[in-house]
Amino acid sequence: MKTLNQTRTHATVDTGLLPILSAIAAGVFLIYFAGFAQAAQYHDSAHDTRHTLAFPCH
Amino acid sequence: MTTRLFASALFAGLIAGLIAVLLQWSLMEKLILEGEEYETGNKSHFAGVLVINDAEEETANIADPAAEPEAEENEGLFMRFALAFFADFVVFVGWSLMLVAGFAVAERFGHRISLQTAMLWGIAGFAATQLMTGIGLPPELPGTPADDVELRQIWWVTTAISSALAFALFAYGRTPLFVVIGLALLLAPHLIGAPRLDYYAGVAPPELSGEYVARSLAVGMIVWVVLGLAAGYFWNRGADTRTA
Repeated sequence: MKTLNQTRTHATVDTGLLPILSAIAAGVFLIYFAGFAQAAQYHDSAHDTRHTLAFPCH
Repeated sequence: MTTRLFASALFAGLIAGLIAVLLQWSLMEKLILEGEEYETGNKSHFAGVLVINDAEEETANIADPAAEPEAEENEGLFMRFALAFFADFVVFVGWSLMLVAGFAVAERFGHRISLQTAMLWGIAGFAATQLMTGIGLPPELPGTPADDVELRQIWWVTTAISSALAFALFAYGRTPLFVVIGLALLLAPHLIGAPRLDYYAGVAPPELSGEYVARSLAVGMIVWVVLGLAAGYFWNRGADTRTA
């Protein structure tokens, strides 16, 4: 009974692959717009931040 | 535990973003604006003499008692800082999502993420995105001429990913083979070499650039350590409330 409970606890601690992949995708999305997109409105808005954090800028 | 993942990433990212805003405001913006004075040619420093070239503009301002341009300039500056600070939050929530996703992957492999481990993850994040990339593409004061931006972005992304993988292999690899593969990943981008110009054409004083680079790295280090610690804290807190 005890072993069963522990197994169940362990199973819920692990995060599923889908949430993990979604988090990575969301992170990449945010970094893309803040750090990389060259369209003028993104570049100009994030300009000082890109320089501060040493993303390649213009 | 989707909520735990996204909530800890968001909280940690916002805290790190706030620290980034404070440091960017207090350490970086003055140097960026100063660098732009040289970029636009308002100032030049050759032969060790500071020359200010905007005498005409100054007289124009004095001639106009309404001083309208100055108010407009301040408003522009305010908007500029507001957008840049918003971008700080976006960047660090972005990194935070990837960092906490990394925690989740590590846990799936049976590695517990303590607060100390999380701080090391943060330092590794800094090393991957700023130190290792900085070897080939050092932080640039505005006005520093550089090679094609797309080529630099490709090199930067490749280097950051391969360095991060290398650190993961060093930390969690079980056999010496993992260390060898890690070393290869760490070195490869630098053996290939970053895209760079074969001449120097910077217009800002080297002292200003040097100060800028040192501060940029320090800011990155501090914010990433905060991010690692905060992400580790919220990640474990989420685990505690769930098991309790």
